[in-house]
Amino acid sequence: MLEVRDLSLAFDDLLLADRLCFQLEAGKTHVIIGPNGTGKSSLLKALFGDLRPQSGEVLFDGECLDYRHVAQWRQRFSYMPQDIRLDIGLTVLEVVLLGRLGALSLKLKDPLIEAALEALEQIGLLHLAYRDVRTLSGGQCQMILFAQALMRSPRVLMLDEPVSALDLHFQQVLLDHLDQQTHRQHWVSVMILHDLNLAAQYADNLLVLKGGRLIAEGAPAAILNPELVREVYGVSAEVAYDQQGIPFVRTPRRGRSGHVAPAVQARSVLTG
Amino acid sequence: MTTTSVANALSLQRRNELRRIWILLALFSALVASFVLDIATGPSMLGVGEVVNVLLGLIGVPVEVLPTSEVIVTGLRLPIALMALTVGGVLGVGGAEMQTLLNNPMASPYTLGMAAAAGFGAALMLYVGSLGVSAQLAVPVGAFVCCMLSAGLLFGLAMMRHITSGQLILAGIALLFLFQSLLSLVQFVSSPELSQQILFWLFGSLTNATWMNVGITASVTLVCMTLLMRDAWKLTALRLGEARAKSLGVNVVRLRLKTLVIVALMTATVTSFVGIIGFIGIVAPNIARMLVGEDQRYFLPLSFLVGAFLLSSASVLSKTIVPGALFPIGIVTAIIGVPFFFWMIIAKRSH
Repeated sequence: MLEVRDLSLAFDDLLLADRLCFQLEAGKTHVIIGPNGTGKSSLLKALFGDLRPQSGEVLFDGECLDYRHVAQWRQRFSYMPQDIRLDIGLTVLEVVLLGRLGALSLKLKDPLIEAALEALEQIGLLHLAYRDVRTLSGGQCQMILFAQALMRSPRVLMLDEPVSALDLHFQQVLLDHLDQQTHRQHWVSVMILHDLNLAAQYADNLLVLKGGRLIAEGAPAAILNPELVREVYGVSAEVAYDQQGIPFVRTPRRGRSGHVAPAVQARSVLTG
Repeated sequence: MTTTSVANALSLQRRNELRRIWILLALFSALVASFVLDIATGPSMLGVGEVVNVLLGLIGVPVEVLPTSEVIVTGLRLPIALMALTVGGVLGVGGAEMQTLLNNPMASPYTLGMAAAAGFGAALMLYVGSLGVSAQLAVPVGAFVCCMLSAGLLFGLAMMRHITSGQLILAGIALLFLFQSLLSLVQFVSSPELSQQILFWLFGSLTNATWMNVGITASVTLVCMTLLMRDAWKLTALRLGEARAKSLGVNVVRLRLKTLVIVALMTATVTSFVGIIGFIGIVAPNIARMLVGEDQRYFLPLSFLVGAFLLSSASVLSKTIVPGALFPIGIVTAIIGVPFFFWMIIAKRSH
């Protein structure tokens, strides 16, 4: 379990975390949502020990983050930063292998390479193994970096907007894989998402941040409602529920005068 | 458990590794060839066969050689040829690691002012009359100290928090200008004869190589290369970007500092003995990168081999362009290197 106690974080006069307190259980996917520039990425960096908070502490299974032994702390983390550019003359396989940095030596053993190849196979990208990463699309890079994060076999997996460049298919591959592995391997998985519908679908626990404070926390079905969306984003939205009771959020299009609704047009194409 | 496709992919990886090892071997052979040629060429030309025989004799193979050949090879040309290899290799590796650290294919110890600082140190020593010590000793020491000094300024910056590689490069370029101006100042206030002497040092020359110089340079290089190879994977990870390297468990600040110290030490050592030889530091790693990519297990040794090969063949050229005359090697490398580099940039553009 990853725990945050009274965490305060600020850049000059910009307050990113104001005495935050929360606990992240293992075996569950925790999704952080919130407006742009509200300190979500900084919060992940603080959990990782890369940003030092003004006050408060971070604990893993009761052990406090000690900044003198930050390397030790980070060993149990796998952290996928937001940036997905890869400008380096390496093959996909080599990038994935780097996930196990500590185990790499001048001569690579078969099991290690097999593990990397299997990580690629699991996300359906084995055929890219020998491609130069500079020839990949943004979405492919993102998937490769996800495979790299998996290679670390972490206890805490932190993903900063992991689906920002992915198409529908890979979005599902990544999130389903994360969902299954989190449960199976008993990881503490934390991810930042912007798509509230994906958040509602995949979060076991949703954390809503704004202005450095935790506005709401809990199961998406319990906390996601129009009032919350309005409070956090200043947007009026409909929240409906699908057959499994998972909420989905829809913002209305603020129409122009004389505008014909797209749905009507689409129907006329089909019937005509 | 492994599926056939994974097993296939694994054998592909092994084939890939083998291909890179062949590239390393090919360059090594080219290097041996240019090394032998380097020993063979000079005021009195020796036959390639004769040189090979002398070299074989040196490593204990019983062959008959002419005593004069043996004296020319072991006494005069072998230290110079070995120095060319070591210096070229060090410049290649120095460039490769600077480019890795700073995430920029234009970085090298030369462009970051370390060579200029060494030049200033040497010039200053010549100007003050070597402080009463022999110039043979004082000039290299002066060059070394100044080179490490400029590197020290870079270390100081690199240790600060939130310094980006772009800012480090800018600082390096600023240092380059500073030391170049200081060097010009020394030349300006010196007598014409002294100025001439400084200029000659700046051209770079391998002819001062003695067995002792070669011994020192080679040992420093060996130790530094071993240390760098031990960090090969971390250095590869660093090129993914700082944030990602950190997330993979690299202590970025420490790795940067350690590598900078190693590179500075190697660069300062070779520059203090042979003067300023530019360009290899930029060209060699770029060629190596095109051949084997940036897996440092191959990139690092190949940068060494390419650099060594370039300087060794430049040394051959410097002796053979005009028979009987010896061109300063620093000039030859730049004149040969620049067109080649242009070709490379243009070739790369079409990809």
